[in-house]
Amino acid sequence: MPLIKDGRIVEDDWVKVPDGEPVPADRPAIITFERWQAERDSFAGRNAALGVRVKSGTLAPAIAPDLERFALVAVEFPKFRDGRGFSTARELRERFGYQGEIRAVGHIIPDQYQFMMRTGFTSAEAPEGTNPESWARALTEITVAFQPSLDDPQPLSLLRRRLGV
Amino acid sequence: MNHIAPGRHAGVYTYDEIDRRFVAERVEQFRAQVERRLSGELTEEEFKPLRLMNGLYLQLHAYMLRIAVPYGVMTSRQMRKLAEIGRTYDKGYGHFTTRQNLQFNWIKLEETPDILNQLAEVDMHALQTSGNCVRNVTTDQFVGAAKDELVDGRVYAEILRQWTTLHPEFTYLPRKFKIAIMGSEKDRAAIRVHDVGVIAKRNDQGEIGFAFYAGGGLGRSPFIGKLIREWVPEEDFVGYLEAILRVYNQYGRRDNIYKARIKILVHELGQEKFTAEVEEEFARLRGPKYRLAPEIVAEIRQHFAPPPFEDLPATSVSFDGARVQNEAFARWVAVNVTEHKAPGYAVATISLKPAGGIPGDATSEQMDLVADLADRYSFGEIRVTHTQNLVLAHVKQDDLFALWTALEGAGLGTANVGLIGDIIACPGLDYCALANARSIPLAQAISARFADPARQQAIGELGIKISGCINACGHHHVGAIGILGVDKKGEEFYQITVGGDPTLTTAIGDILGPAVTADEAVDAIEAIVEVYLANRHDGERFLDTLKRTGHGPFKERVYAAH
Repeated sequence: MPLIKDGRIVEDDWVKVPDGEPVPADRPAIITFERWQAERDSFAGRNAALGVRVKSGTLAPAIAPDLERFALVAVEFPKFRDGRGFSTARELRERFGYQGEIRAVGHIIPDQYQFMMRTGFTSAEAPEGTNPESWARALTEITVAFQPSLDDPQPLSLLRRRLGV
Repeated sequence: MNHIAPGRHAGVYTYDEIDRRFVAERVEQFRAQVERRLSGELTEEEFKPLRLMNGLYLQLHAYMLRIAVPYGVMTSRQMRKLAEIGRTYDKGYGHFTTRQNLQFNWIKLEETPDILNQLAEVDMHALQTSGNCVRNVTTDQFVGAAKDELVDGRVYAEILRQWTTLHPEFTYLPRKFKIAIMGSEKDRAAIRVHDVGVIAKRNDQGEIGFAFYAGGGLGRSPFIGKLIREWVPEEDFVGYLEAILRVYNQYGRRDNIYKARIKILVHELGQEKFTAEVEEEFARLRGPKYRLAPEIVAEIRQHFAPPPFEDLPATSVSFDGARVQNEAFARWVAVNVTEHKAPGYAVATISLKPAGGIPGDATSEQMDLVADLADRYSFGEIRVTHTQNLVLAHVKQDDLFALWTALEGAGLGTANVGLIGDIIACPGLDYCALANARSIPLAQAISARFADPARQQAIGELGIKISGCINACGHHHVGAIGILGVDKKGEEFYQITVGGDPTLTTAIGDILGPAVTADEAVDAIEAIVEVYLANRHDGERFLDTLKRTGHGPFKERVYAAH
């Protein structure tokens, strides 16, 4: 599935490993958070980067204790209407200081992309056959925001702000 | 005619270039979304929340477009635009809602982007009037005019309007989220039946702070909002709400649409546990990022500076004379006019509930007339009430007779605000795909039965609220008399409740007995009223009498024939 970063389709360096299949030792790999919990000791000596895919019901505090082991957290949207992932990403960044990649996966639409970027996601896995133009446009079509974004240094003392200025 | 520049002194938030750019961008964004839906790039399932967040809702026969009227206040120029849209794109009328908004019931999907463009011309939009996001923040319709006001709720409603607009974290909540703010000791905004209800107040040092209630709501499981914090300092106003929303977004149920509102979360966790969760989140969030600085409050407050009131004597000779000479005018004043904080001024409520009429409906001609009257008599400003009426908030007592005369001539002079004819009704099965029964014809029949204004006045304060289904858009749970439409094997029936109360002494009404037919319902209401009149002590409101006598005599009389 096409990976979107900064509004463009990019090469995906990560391999997604279904439960039960061997995890390549020499490539960045994403496993499920459930597998991580069950087999964590088996990754003790791993050198290549490890990422986890978390279900929308798995909130940031549940992932937090192990965050330093993960170079990537993929937050799943079972349905695009399920907005828990926005809070998860924000909490991973704001509350737990996570610096790695946060990827939106599952059922997501371009119309949510700007919200994702503003809550701490760094990439999004778009559905097969997606229109790349819609993702590119999603980052530029609205240029005003009424809240500070995650990386916005401005405090609330300015309610409205221009994005990307 | 003494035209003041329309809206120059209206108590609305005045847009600047940034606000206009934002609304224009949103219109273009929606236009592109419509195109992507038509081309198949977006599925209907994906398009639905996007159109809902632009106010477009699919009803039984057509699309409905719900236009945001922030905290119910608009300028005469905006009202004229609504009238024009009603004429051009609808059937020449519009419907004012219990969320202080306006909706058009006969809209074509493909014309919607053009309508939104038209609205943008007068700094209006339909953003977040539907969908699982934070909706239009409502407040007291007498804000800025009421004598008992402690804090101007518009200032904080506007701050929340901005803060919640396209909030990146809270636009895909488990369910819709409604906030109401009051700044007086009396509750005219039904705050305890909202997801979050806020009372703005002052402490002994004169500082502004807020009491927060959460988890109120009507619908199929009605709950009264619980007090979760008595005092939130002004600087933490936004931070505290952010904490509530984050707890709700993370822990609110998403498995069952009927259990997804925050009221269920508060109920299931319990008031104490929910409060603890919010406080914990708030303790973490609190900091410079979420601090509402006094400067920003002051800047927003400037938009709501009082209009230039004239220095007038507290009483008006011509006004007093007109009341003596004209009984109908005197009644309208007694019923529809409220005291103003400025000497010589008054607050006039325009009833949209004529006998036999559709509650909350206004024709384009009526909207134009109200806009003209607002320009002439009330600084070009109009308010929408949550009881589906309109308000001119700053009318000179000297002008009241001329105002009433003009209203009378257009069928807008009904003297029944707060009385039995002032019925709240949802659109019901005439429009709504969710409804089990029609609400409008029943409201029409009841208001026709009680058409006599003298009789209404004699009965006194008595709110009837009608919902066509359990979702309770007509607030039937908090009607002194509530009526709920139910479907029994394809036939419309109505369940009657009594004792509901939307004010701070919030109460959910109790079911009186078995559901009745529409015809029987009108008789039943009349029977209830007769029992009340026969039993009331001096000065007792319906609710007081009911409390004293209990349901017994009412039930006995209503079901006597059965």
